[in-house]
Amino acid sequence: MSQTYGATAEYTDPAMGSPMLEVSDLNVYYGESHILRNVDMTVHPGKMVCLIGRNGVGKTTLLKTIMGLLKPRSGTIALAGMPILSQSPDQRARMGIGYVPQGREVIPRLTVKENLILGLEAIPDRKSKTQEIPEEIYDLFPVLKTMLWRLGGDLSGGQQQQLAIARALMGRPRLLVLDEPTEGIQPSIILEIEAAVRRIVQTTGISVLLVEQHLHFVRQADWYYAMQKAVLWHLALLANSAMKSFSDFWQYKIEKANQI
Amino acid sequence: MLTGLLDGLFSGISIGSVLLLAALGLAIVFGLMGVINMAHGELMMLGAYTTFVVQNVFKSFGSPWFDLYIFFALIAAFVVTALFGLILERGVIRYLYGRPLETLLATWGVSLILQQFVRSVNWVLVTGIVLFCLLFFGALQILSRRANFDRIRNWAIAILLPLSSAIAGMTGIFLGQTYKLAMTRPWFGAQNVDVTAPKWLRGGLPIGNFQLSYARIFIIVLTIACLVAVYLFLNRSAWGLRIRSVTQNRTMSACLGIPTQKVDALTFAIGSGLAGIAGCAVSLIGSVGPNTGQNYIVDTFMVVVVGGVGKLVGSIVAALVIGTTNYIVGSGVLSNLFEPIKPLADFFTFFATTSMAKVMVFALIIVFLQIKPAGLFPQKGRTVDA
Repeated sequence: MSQTYGATAEYTDPAMGSPMLEVSDLNVYYGESHILRNVDMTVHPGKMVCLIGRNGVGKTTLLKTIMGLLKPRSGTIALAGMPILSQSPDQRARMGIGYVPQGREVIPRLTVKENLILGLEAIPDRKSKTQEIPEEIYDLFPVLKTMLWRLGGDLSGGQQQQLAIARALMGRPRLLVLDEPTEGIQPSIILEIEAAVRRIVQTTGISVLLVEQHLHFVRQADWYYAMQKAVLWHLALLANSAMKSFSDFWQYKIEKANQI
Repeated sequence: MLTGLLDGLFSGISIGSVLLLAALGLAIVFGLMGVINMAHGELMMLGAYTTFVVQNVFKSFGSPWFDLYIFFALIAAFVVTALFGLILERGVIRYLYGRPLETLLATWGVSLILQQFVRSVNWVLVTGIVLFCLLFFGALQILSRRANFDRIRNWAIAILLPLSSAIAGMTGIFLGQTYKLAMTRPWFGAQNVDVTAPKWLRGGLPIGNFQLSYARIFIIVLTIACLVAVYLFLNRSAWGLRIRSVTQNRTMSACLGIPTQKVDALTFAIGSGLAGIAGCAVSLIGSVGPNTGQNYIVDTFMVVVVGGVGKLVGSIVAALVIGTTNYIVGSGVLSNLFEPIKPLADFFTFFATTSMAKVMVFALIIVFLQIKPAGLFPQKGRTVDA
């Protein structure tokens, strides 16, 4: 019972090529409670897709299922046309999904440098055993260069978030999955993270799937999916600059949805 | 007085280094992975028996080779126990991650099986086991190439299991009846066996009226070498980094693309291999029996817990402290020291035997853990609660 609204025709424009990520008819349960119902979702190459919705509707569940941390009861997930449901999380990472989870999950008792080097694990068949950290990473997140030898767990929340994104980028993913990257982080750092993510999309051309509450950040996205009561609504909707808060934004979308 | 002090110090270090060597593998398996492996002592015993076998093989080679057998025995003990650890992890423990009670019971069962195995192992048993594994796992391997393997899997097991065990059993009985004692006599039996140290490890270095036994010096050197090797492996190598990552955050490590199953197997194999090396060392200072492992299992867990789970430094300090305390209390040094104060001297004389010293050390450890439940070197920093 997936419902799509807005400029769907435009979204599935064949000129965009085959989708980077295609989720179809996904059903996920926690025990007997049905979390995701018949979810369909598409992320096209080089696009930033934002998934929005209230707390507890299953956004993180969807991302975890994409990453392989949860097993769906039915449905398919394909990365660049390859079905990935039978792959384990580490295999999916090596296929090109970079995951930045909610709560960062920086490895606490490893140094920042070691955390970054672990990001290289996602590069399949690494021939050269280089453990060098490319300069682009420091360009994106200058703060990391100054604390390479600090323990990951001793960084502040904002620094950990930047480290987590940098770590995901070290594996040169094709799809970057970000789960609430601005949660509990001070505004100035949010801007830095936001700018970094925008630069990543522009310069590397990777796809981004983002779960976010922070309106300013949400506006950066090319496409939106709104999730309500475990059902995914797909809205091709550009953020209106007149909207001041997230609830305005949300309200606008609901109205828009109801009009159709 | 000085020689007495030296004596106490050296003996303490020497006991401590045996403890440490035995606990080193456990510090990895229990400290890093969190697996309560009750069969760790039996892995040591396997290492000791491997040493015994290697020694017998080299005895037939004659004198120049026999003097060097211990080095080959160390390698063999490491390889044999690491392989066994690998089988144990793949076959039992990986299904029990995150379930400490079940792990404890299962590995205790494995330890009992291993003890009985070395008592009764003979050609018939070995042939039977090898034949069964070849038939059962070989057939499963062939069947797994079929496209519909998932559907027929349970049927295949239901048919193959009794079939291959019947074939293996019949072969065993046939061998036993045909060749009689040559096949059915146990290799080691229930009695303890003795490992003869090579010539250069016998005797000792005399210092004053006291002798530093070469075997003990060898064990101290071996312990230091193992410590350095483990430290370098964990902190300098790529696999060491993966191990540290997986042990701290398994899910996230998987999401980064680290093959967690391979890392688990490798970590457990290395921990087991170190137990084998410890077993090899232990065989130099005493006879080896099926119960050898049991003598060490409690001590090794003590060392890891007192040192602070997950901290290699903690294990080192704890082993030395426990070893020294054990020796000082057990040898009666304290009762001599408190000679003038009669009741205190009596008190320490009461504890001045090996087994009573252990009682006192355990009591002290219990008191210590009441004060510092996380051990000598608890994990510090922001990360602890995370």
